[in-house]
Amino acid sequence: MAKTLTFALMDPPYEDARSTTALRLIDLALRRGHSVNVFAYEGAVYLPFAKQAPHPNAVHGRDVEQEDHPNPKNWIAALLALARQNGSKLDWVQCGLCVDERGAAEAIEGLRRGSPADLFKFVEESDNTLVIPTR
Amino acid sequence: MAKKILSIIESAYRATLEEQDDTIVWLTHALKGAGASVDVLLRGNAVNYAVKGQDASGLAFGDKRQTQPPRIDEDVAKLTTKSVRVYVVEEDVTDRGIEGRELIAGLSAVSRTGLSKLFAEYDQVWHW
Repeated sequence: MAKTLTFALMDPPYEDARSTTALRLIDLALRRGHSVNVFAYEGAVYLPFAKQAPHPNAVHGRDVEQEDHPNPKNWIAALLALARQNGSKLDWVQCGLCVDERGAAEAIEGLRRGSPADLFKFVEESDNTLVIPTR
Repeated sequence: MAKKILSIIESAYRATLEEQDDTIVWLTHALKGAGASVDVLLRGNAVNYAVKGQDASGLAFGDKRQTQPPRIDEDVAKLTTKSVRVYVVEEDVTDRGIEGRELIAGLSAVSRTGLSKLFAEYDQVWHW
């Protein structure tokens, strides 16, 4: 039976493996038909930042196309697409105050700005909540 | 009826420049204001949040001063006035040489061995 899961994320992109773990869990939940809510708090609002850009990697000897490095925004866009494809739901809310303090308003399409009230609503409608905090 | 949430705060004194307080204490205030049924457990270094009289003032870089420094002990004390129960792990308090008289009023002490029983009282347990 499909469930609704809420994830509260805090880490910015790249700094540690927790963000990757979170995306793995979200991917798995969506593939299994569960609905997923995400409340991106603090540095996590930069995960879907639209101005992330790939770059060539001289150490690898590859140009930007060959390097083909997905930025976190690409992974999140893919998760949104996955949810649409299999009829599940990914509702990703960016903490508005966190966005403002970081100048991170330019996010990819398909997300929305919100507040702790959205987290509360998520929690109430979810079967469970997983906090993946910054350490 | 809202789900009962126990929010464990362990990572202490991080990101205090963001809200000029602890971001999870801030979030707890916001959730409570939105109607959540949420309590807080301070453990590890975060038990120091409950030590009264902390003074983080004086931060300045160049001629830019922080005029509203974090007042985390006061923010925690305000939670208790909003019907948020604030627990502290008593061994974590003792291990840090903190005397009971140094703590703000309105706290509930819980032993490490009592945590599992406490957790069982809640629908969700979050660990920050």
